[in-house]
Amino acid sequence: MTTKLFGEPVRRREDGRLITGRGRYLDDIGHDALAVAFVRSPHAHARVTDIDVDAALDVEGLVAVYTYEDLLGPMAEPLPVLIPHPQLTAPRTGYPLVRDVVHHMGEAVVMVVATDRYVAEDACDRITVSYEQLPVVVGVDAAREARHAVHEDVPDNVAARHHQETGDVEAALAASAHTLAFTQYIERSACMPMEGKGVHAAWDPADSSLRVYTSTQASTSVRAAIAAKLQLSLEKVEVVAPDVGGGFGVKIVHPWPEELLVPMAAIALQRPVKWTEDRREHFISSAHERQQRQEIRVGYDDDGRLTALDVRIWHDNGAYTPYGIIVPIVTATQLVGPYVVPTYRVRVDSVYTNTVIVTPYRGAGRPQGCYAMERTMDRIAQERGLDRAEVRARNLIQPDQFPYDHHLTFQDGRPVIYDSGDYPGLLDKLTALVGWSGVEERRAEATARGKLLGIGMAMYVEGTGPGPYEGGHVQVLGSGKVLVSTGLTSQGQGHETAFAQIVAHELGVPIEDVEVTTGDTRRFGYAVGTFASRAAVMSGNAIALAARGVKEKALRIAGEALEVDPSDLEIDEGLVQVKGTPGISIPLRTVAVLSNPLRYAFDEAAKQATQFAGPGDDSKPPVAAGDAPGLEHVDYYSPVRSTFASGAHAAVVEIDTLTWEIDVVQYAVVHDCGTIVNPMIVEGQVHGGVAQGVGGALYERMAYDADGQLQNASFMDFLMPYASEVPDIDIDHQQTPSPLNPLGLKGAGEAGVIPGTAAIASAIEDATGRRIAAMPISPTELYDLVRDDAAGRVAPRRTGAMA
Amino acid sequence: MRNRAMGQVDQERTVSAVVNGTPREFTVPARRLLSDALRHDLGLTGTHVGCEHGVCGACTVLLDGVPVRSCLVLAVQVQGAAVTTVEGLARSDHQGGEVLHPVQEAFRECHALQCGFCTPGFLMTIAAGLEARDPAQPVTDDEVEDMVGGNLCRCTGYANIKKAVHHAAATIREATR
Repeated sequence: MTTKLFGEPVRRREDGRLITGRGRYLDDIGHDALAVAFVRSPHAHARVTDIDVDAALDVEGLVAVYTYEDLLGPMAEPLPVLIPHPQLTAPRTGYPLVRDVVHHMGEAVVMVVATDRYVAEDACDRITVSYEQLPVVVGVDAAREARHAVHEDVPDNVAARHHQETGDVEAALAASAHTLAFTQYIERSACMPMEGKGVHAAWDPADSSLRVYTSTQASTSVRAAIAAKLQLSLEKVEVVAPDVGGGFGVKIVHPWPEELLVPMAAIALQRPVKWTEDRREHFISSAHERQQRQEIRVGYDDDGRLTALDVRIWHDNGAYTPYGIIVPIVTATQLVGPYVVPTYRVRVDSVYTNTVIVTPYRGAGRPQGCYAMERTMDRIAQERGLDRAEVRARNLIQPDQFPYDHHLTFQDGRPVIYDSGDYPGLLDKLTALVGWSGVEERRAEATARGKLLGIGMAMYVEGTGPGPYEGGHVQVLGSGKVLVSTGLTSQGQGHETAFAQIVAHELGVPIEDVEVTTGDTRRFGYAVGTFASRAAVMSGNAIALAARGVKEKALRIAGEALEVDPSDLEIDEGLVQVKGTPGISIPLRTVAVLSNPLRYAFDEAAKQATQFAGPGDDSKPPVAAGDAPGLEHVDYYSPVRSTFASGAHAAVVEIDTLTWEIDVVQYAVVHDCGTIVNPMIVEGQVHGGVAQGVGGALYERMAYDADGQLQNASFMDFLMPYASEVPDIDIDHQQTPSPLNPLGLKGAGEAGVIPGTAAIASAIEDATGRRIAAMPISPTELYDLVRDDAAGRVAPRRTGAMA
Repeated sequence: MRNRAMGQVDQERTVSAVVNGTPREFTVPARRLLSDALRHDLGLTGTHVGCEHGVCGACTVLLDGVPVRSCLVLAVQVQGAAVTTVEGLARSDHQGGEVLHPVQEAFRECHALQCGFCTPGFLMTIAAGLEARDPAQPVTDDEVEDMVGGNLCRCTGYANIKKAVHHAAATIREATR
């Protein structure tokens, strides 16, 4: 019997090259390419009055200089609004190179092409851009006040007003036994993959074709964008995502200006051209996420059960809206989490600021929604004098309530209907895993050591695997090799392994024979991309369906060759055989040869196949109607709607009362992503997400000053967690398979990051007895909060909490 | 015309160094970073550049056995030195194949990498850390924290990297028995 592969911690097939330095990342490609560097705006809001390139022309090795004036046709038009929405009433996007007005520090004004990057930067240094500075808007509150406008023709700074409601929330609040109202903030962080963006383009003039390598999460879409903007026919453009050094969302945006400008230069100069983003560029010209102001009104009964929830959000979308209002919609619709919310209203104003654009970063609006809902639960618990776990338990959707319709519309335009889950199960597992009931002893022990100890929890439901579709291609070669491809891309999620596990399992072949390619438009032209925890759900199922198609064809052909009914056949270890009758068999590779009526005897496999070739029916064509040569199949998976993963996290913090350093000493995760293909990979995703959650709660923020200068645009100043900042993580799994897809999968990629800020805020509040209403929080801020008599105090819930 | 401001930074120098056990000679402008020389002049692209200001550690290589951030070293500074990159970490099995270093094996075994971009820097740092200690002694958590504490990884949350260090140390310890 074939070794069990599905659901096993199979070691990763991509690791061999990556641990020996044989990976092929963007900047590893094309050492002879011309190099691009950009002159970027030092101002957040300014009118370009003059660009003087004369001094740069003396630099030996300079090849070309481009400004907006050099852009032609569609390139001179604004970049696309990828995802329009009726409520996005004032969408604005930039140009590939600045036209007249800069709207955030870091926007590219001039592109320089030179023989190498050092020379290109020399030339950039010699270009003088003159600016007339304009008033700057930074932060949601300033955007809301609208004393100044980011875009002249959007005087209120409001890009979109998103609004959903499930009933008359004012009436429901008025009828509620108790109500609470509060305001809280969450700040910006960023994906910050270790590899920045990068583009390599080579034009073949003889063939009039373009090959582009780009560090992207969406190669098929970049291809379409390049074809449209550079006016090329789609079949003349190939886009390949090579090994990508992390994405976390920022590389789903497309086209980045550089993804158009670099190919444009490669065509114009008839030379390969490459741009590799440096770290500072990544900070000031890619994307950030998370800043919101949240005003929450909630009604509940004596037992702490929700009766009404009204949420008003101001969401900072930065200077432009190329990615539409996906992030605020996700916040608005995922905020309700695992709870029954009888009447819900959410209104989001998505506002412009003179800062880097805001597009999805792992979680994509969910951490903010979770922060709103979970902190609401904590407030209700405190007001009612109830345990925080108990309040949550009373409000959870019960296992017999699925499918559960929240009567909201998700980011994909489909209803928010939870497909399956067991939220009380998650909560029970979490309280056991973290030792929720034993915290008072630990608090006393910590107090004796001079530390403040606190515990917090947060639960979430995550819509994963949105459509519209992904596809998979599976082909068995005469050598026995099984080629698998899908259009979406990989940035470290182990797709080469997980998808190979699926094919090996479905087709009955050794995993060693399976080769997976992702993100290469030469291999698969139709794809959506890797985001929203959708790769395993979407491509995993598409590939499974494709493998089932191959299997069906293989059994049919083998049945003819062996003169048995296909339903009596099985495939095991690459051998098609009669069930229960070993010996009557044919290798799958031979079936692959038989599948093609043209089989010159180039090799042994073809020679062997001839012995199985039947006499043939002279009255029929060699390839029957509806059939095709080759043992291969393409299939697509297109879900009716997203599938909803869920989980619960708890954090225990210890706070030093001298330094006010906040140490996360324990972190517990219970996670439900349905059926698991590879538990090792899923746990790895959880670990990485939690690390980013801890970073977002305690360390990471984009420190813009009032002039729109990003003051911490380096790894020296932007504090990403090192190993010393990430706690050990205890994980427990729960599996409620999705009824929506053949494999029962739910997404797992983003989950780890979602509840971090909420759980850690709750734990700090529990430890200090001080209201935590702005995250992230630094030791200095916590010190100020504790010392400030005017700051909100939380009534002590337990003995041992700081008075 | 050469711009005067360039000074001597782009004057070319020839550097001789032993790279991954092989004597190499390369001619680079004086300002060329070691990371760029390794990647673009010698084609050793396993060394990755994550920040170019010495914080992330992705570009870590061994200079005479000591981990250094190759983005903070000028190529001309390695004249006469031995440089080891991730490509030189495995050893030949003298039959056309290679034997992975225990830390490489451990990274695969423990799922200590995801996107793999920071991995070469971790491997070099940890390999040097393991080399510098008494292999007969079990490795402590503090030692492990020390070895991995100076490099950034955005994917793994470090848990499995720490596990891999323990695993590699145990393998090396077994081999010394």
